[in-house]
Amino acid sequence: MAIIEIKNVKKQYQTGADLVEALRGVDITIEAGEFITIMGQSGSGKSTLLSVLGGMNHPTSGDVEMAGVKLYQLGSEQLADFRAQNLGFVFQSFHLIQYLTALENVMLPLAIVKMSTAEKRDAARKALERVGLGAKTDRLPNQLSGGEQERVAIARAIVNNPHILLADEPTGNLDSKTSEEVMTLFRQLNSAGQTVVMVTHNPENGAYSDRTIHLKDGLISE
Amino acid sequence: MKLHTISINNLKRRKAKMAFLTVGLMVGIATIVTLVTLTRSMSNDIERKMDEFGANILITPQSNGLSMNYGGISLGGVTFDQREIKQEDLDKVRKIKNNKNISAISPKVLGGVKINGHDVLLVGVEFPAELKMKQWWQIFGEEPKGENDILLGSDASNTLNASSGDTIEIKGEKFKVAGVLNQTGSQDDSLVFASLPKVQKILGKEGKITMAEVAALCSGCPINDMVNQIAELLPDSKVSAIQQVVAGRLKALDQFKRFSYAMAGVVVFIGSLIVFVTMMGSVNERTTEIGVFRAIGFRKSHIMRIILLEAALVSILAGLLGYAVGMGGAKLALPFMAESKNAHLVWDTTIAFGSVGLALILGILASLYPALHASKMDPTEALRAL
Repeated sequence: MAIIEIKNVKKQYQTGADLVEALRGVDITIEAGEFITIMGQSGSGKSTLLSVLGGMNHPTSGDVEMAGVKLYQLGSEQLADFRAQNLGFVFQSFHLIQYLTALENVMLPLAIVKMSTAEKRDAARKALERVGLGAKTDRLPNQLSGGEQERVAIARAIVNNPHILLADEPTGNLDSKTSEEVMTLFRQLNSAGQTVVMVTHNPENGAYSDRTIHLKDGLISE
Repeated sequence: MKLHTISINNLKRRKAKMAFLTVGLMVGIATIVTLVTLTRSMSNDIERKMDEFGANILITPQSNGLSMNYGGISLGGVTFDQREIKQEDLDKVRKIKNNKNISAISPKVLGGVKINGHDVLLVGVEFPAELKMKQWWQIFGEEPKGENDILLGSDASNTLNASSGDTIEIKGEKFKVAGVLNQTGSQDDSLVFASLPKVQKILGKEGKITMAEVAALCSGCPINDMVNQIAELLPDSKVSAIQQVVAGRLKALDQFKRFSYAMAGVVVFIGSLIVFVTMMGSVNERTTEIGVFRAIGFRKSHIMRIILLEAALVSILAGLLGYAVGMGGAKLALPFMAESKNAHLVWDTTIAFGSVGLALILGILASLYPALHASKMDPTEALRAL
């Protein structure tokens, strides 16, 4: 069953006097439970595609349907609700909140959910245990290594059991050994049923996924 | 984890900035508290003086006759040999609507007599009320107690060559000089004061009085209302307010008040500007953070709540500190600003709650645009900012 369907999505930016075509008509169908990597060189449009998939970037034209919802027919606040309930984001630079502990960072998506604090704490602790950081819940981000921070970011992305996990260059700032550990973690999450869409420029990461989509100059080139 | 956790933790992390923000707002609030408290305390001081020192309402008979002055105050037409007020009418004064504002009523009967060959103005008074009203009187000797005790003004004492302990004769009756007034610089210096019933009897004016002075507590100063109320009850009397001196002082105070409020307005404006600039800077610094919040599903209202809650917490702290510092400032400044050393600082819970409320309103208003700006941040742009 397709959980994501992208039909003829185009995205154009105006940069000064220039019109940049980041996506020039992309069609992708992703099944529930798939692990997809989107690969391409810098400027190929892969990050734009991910932000379009994440409901954060209105395409110039085309349709994006996710879990049966036409994403860009929703208002901006409904889109925010959709992201909160269905999507998990892992950012390239982790983007952890520096003044919150690992546990609090993971609890962040639950701050707007009606649950007791104890339940939120319990869910965050379980998410941290899933990524192997159950013993470092009270550390601040600057007290964690790059790999550990990435794991906290992954735990934050999965704490609300999203339908789809979106990752933007998750190993971009990590050494090769830590990158392998993180990719293995994504693989494990996928094996447990999590749909994963990952943008990367590292071909080695493609080996962990079920399917790789290559983007070049805003078009699929596979 | 709730939204306020984010606000509180952010405030803890950015201590220096938040301290700057707090101080900026606190200075504004403290200035207002100081100025408002000073003006109120000074105003109270003047009112208290009015209460303590003398009458502010005069009741005299309606008359077209002779005019005379009493204590530098014009009594209008007083023909003390012809028209008087009935003493029993004075009881009505106690029944006016604003009777709670009456501090003392001092009836007087006046008449010219010869003492030791000198023409003297004899004044019959109720000594307890008169002494309460004229607290600035300094008496050499004793306060008059008995019916035949009299008090001499300093000039009268010299003219009659009598001092405390002496006995003088008025219309065949002997009186003991209980005390002599220290020079007052007023017409009191040339008067002879005796008890009201005695003077009424000597002058043949039993049950009548020439005039009455009323001391009204001036908090809220309903003097004009009281004058009208008394005039209604005593249609044959002329009731007038003595407001010139006080009005002059109050006018000066009013000018100071206006200046204070203008100054407070400027300081508050600067304080609000500090809040605005700091909050705006804080929001711009947190572009990525706000982008993350938006990406993981925070609504615009959630972002606004985080920012405004931070502003509210800082404002409450600034309000409390502003009140404390402002009252401290007022306490230090009051001895220099007030006319008397006995001026008391006005401690008012309204000002305490008001300063916190004002700080809160200013903080929230000044942070409204930064919060709106933050909530409208495009998550993609915000994340791209890195």
